[in-house]
Amino acid sequence: MKVDIKEYAPGSESAWCPGCGNFGILRSVNKALVGLGLHPHQVLLVSGIGQSGKMPHYTTANVFNGLHGRPMPAAIGAKMANRELNVLVISGDGDGYGEGGNHFMHAMNRNPDLTYLVHNNQVYGLTKGQVSPTTDAGVTSKLNPEGAFHALRPLAVAVACDCSFVARGFAGEIDHLAQLIEQGVRHKGFALIEVLQPCVSFNKKNTYEWYQDRVYKLGETKYDPTDSAAAFQKALEWGDRIPIGVIYKHEREIFEDYVGVSQQTPLVRQSIDPLAVEKLFEAFT
Amino acid sequence: MVVDLNILIGGEAGQGVQSIGSVVARTMLRGGYEIFADQDFESRIRGGHSFTRVRVSGHPVASAIDPIDILVALNAETVEIHRKDLQPGGVIIYDGAKTGLKPQNSIIALDIPLETIAADTSGNVLMSNTVAAAATLGLLGYSFDVLADVLRQEYGRHGVKMVDDNIKAGQAGYDFGTVNRPAGFQLRLKEGKPSGKMLVTGHEALALGVLAAGCKFVAGYPMTPTTPILEFLASRGREFGLHVIQAEDEISAANMVVGAAYAGVRAMTGTSGGGFCLMVEALSLAGMTETPMVVVLGQRSGPSTGLPTRTEQGDLLFALHAGQGEFPRAILAPVDAEGAFWAAVKAFNLAEKYQTPVLIMTDHDLGNSSYLMTKPDLSKVVIDRGDILSDEEAEKAEDYRRYAFTKAGISPRAFPGQGKALVVADSDEHNERGHIVEAGEERVKMMDKRMRKNTGLAKEIEGPTIRRRENAKLNLIGWGSTAGAIAEAGGILETMGVNASVVQFNELWPFPAEAVTKVLGGANKNIVIENNYTGQLEKLIRSETGIAADARIHKYDGRAFTAEYIVNALKEEGLL
Repeated sequence: MKVDIKEYAPGSESAWCPGCGNFGILRSVNKALVGLGLHPHQVLLVSGIGQSGKMPHYTTANVFNGLHGRPMPAAIGAKMANRELNVLVISGDGDGYGEGGNHFMHAMNRNPDLTYLVHNNQVYGLTKGQVSPTTDAGVTSKLNPEGAFHALRPLAVAVACDCSFVARGFAGEIDHLAQLIEQGVRHKGFALIEVLQPCVSFNKKNTYEWYQDRVYKLGETKYDPTDSAAAFQKALEWGDRIPIGVIYKHEREIFEDYVGVSQQTPLVRQSIDPLAVEKLFEAFT
Repeated sequence: MVVDLNILIGGEAGQGVQSIGSVVARTMLRGGYEIFADQDFESRIRGGHSFTRVRVSGHPVASAIDPIDILVALNAETVEIHRKDLQPGGVIIYDGAKTGLKPQNSIIALDIPLETIAADTSGNVLMSNTVAAAATLGLLGYSFDVLADVLRQEYGRHGVKMVDDNIKAGQAGYDFGTVNRPAGFQLRLKEGKPSGKMLVTGHEALALGVLAAGCKFVAGYPMTPTTPILEFLASRGREFGLHVIQAEDEISAANMVVGAAYAGVRAMTGTSGGGFCLMVEALSLAGMTETPMVVVLGQRSGPSTGLPTRTEQGDLLFALHAGQGEFPRAILAPVDAEGAFWAAVKAFNLAEKYQTPVLIMTDHDLGNSSYLMTKPDLSKVVIDRGDILSDEEAEKAEDYRRYAFTKAGISPRAFPGQGKALVVADSDEHNERGHIVEAGEERVKMMDKRMRKNTGLAKEIEGPTIRRRENAKLNLIGWGSTAGAIAEAGGILETMGVNASVVQFNELWPFPAEAVTKVLGGANKNIVIENNYTGQLEKLIRSETGIAADARIHKYDGRAFTAEYIVNALKEEGLL
């Protein structure tokens, strides 16, 4: 049965600011899921806390909106319990790169088959404008009067962690982003898609116009996303020109296969048989 | 004569203390004896001083004793430290050439060249552990055949040569012990028929319970004393469809568990106090999202890193209050291996039935000590997964409400991907559909719904077990791992003409206030015995029942109680 975009109606009323970059990301996600032919009940959206964390509530799907910085481990747990679920993890620069930095690194290393969408607005939106790990150096906030010290380059971290799919989209390029999300979901392995997202309330520097003047599509250049050394360089490119598109891509064994869950029926459908434990008793006598 | 023999094997970490203890204990088990064995080791892999005690008895025992009958000293330090506990008529077994120990007139001893015998018989000095275990059994006149059976079982997986070499080394050690038995050593032990019971540590039994309960997902991070649970499950889990993940940290482990449980499997983690600190936010998440989560909290001495390989009961009130906000939880505190098995089974049932976190509190003493346990009757393991939509229902449930208001506060669960039902869970306060709400009235309704689960949950919790004695004037009260020592203290008091009832908690929350008031509300003096400094059970009893303790015995040196310690403490308190 063909999927209708209407299936992805908002689950509840939005609490985002008018003009928020999140609206563009949400439209891209819905579009991608339709493009993938997935019905809402086949999708699990796992999110953390922040403006990004609310996103799953504004569409229709299975949702686990957990703790700040912790959507990734919750998503891995769910995926291990039922590897047939299409899991998208929705996070932000504060949630995913700050609070959840450790999980970010280890998830990429493990390479579970899920898609990680990081809304990067370079600011803490929900707590009113503090700097985030990706805030450009020198940008100030009430809590950071000296300004952000040095911006983290998460995509370079991802390439260094041998993340099997690294991409960047822009909330102002909805179709392009939707295409990236589709590719990310189709990719067998961990797909990181960072989304450049203007924050109309707190980020006065990185506005729609600022991004529009700088972003360019890698797909329209001769860039080869399979070359890790080139990818590392590309991941660091920031300033007058900012690349969007697939930065790095390669196939490697996924976590579920490595740990053998793939050879079995999804854990959630396996039966429970207490009597089977009997055979372990002998070793203790 | 009533058999109650204490064998202590001591040496440096890495010398084989545990493997000698294990072989001796299992050989005694095969001869029908009751056993309790405990482990004392430092937080290091090599060197230092560690020991294991094997108590061999004609009657059930569940705690260690101090007086030693046979001291197997793998180094000189062991003799220095433990000589004071050697009973009159007891023997020291040592390798004089290796340890530099010299015979002394006042001490009965067997000087045995462990490594030489091992090398001569098997060409492998590592077999000296088997030589030591066999010499011990030879001294006691115990059957070598039983030992040989144990060696076959122990080393069978390493191949025929390994078994043969061990048996050759064992025979030589055994013969040496028999031939050179010191004249002063009178103890003899004859093997009887095997009881068929299992010799298991508390944590092994717990892990067996986890498998029987059908747990499918475990995420954890190594931490003493619960690592053996994770390792046991990792090694045996695959054949039961149980997947074990070593997470990057305890925060991740706990959130993975919540995610897996949300997706529909029974899921668990195990940790100690420090790791549990990191899991606390996820515990509250499980409370809010109404996700069944089982946590084994194996306590060790705190605060902070504390004594990493020692025992304590310092985390009870922490476990009770852990997590921001208020939500239902259950706390179980098994008292021995058998209790640990059944606590695991019950924990998963409670967690799923009430869709909330359940904690199993153990400690180093319970977890690492070996108990005898009758093979659990697996036909009695009930799997109660609570109210879950059938696949047919889930397929049709297009208007599914994960947090539907119900009288009991329990909303039927569905799992993502189970059918058309969309399962929306949120750590924010939410409506019946799981979406975020802010309004006060909606909050109150949902909070009331969650907390209503406490009514049912409270009915599931059992009061303390009570060993009443006629004309008792004292109640000896404890929780968890102290059960063996307190029960034995009660027995010793009886022989001294002081009757004391023993009241042991093995389930602590929701607090069984009514049952406790009944048993502790009388005229008896209530003495609360705890392996901590501040008296956490004592506070809990008082806050939940208004009953204050008349006296208290605390121990916080990182070591378990013994019956003797408790009796002496009662004397010092002037209670006898």
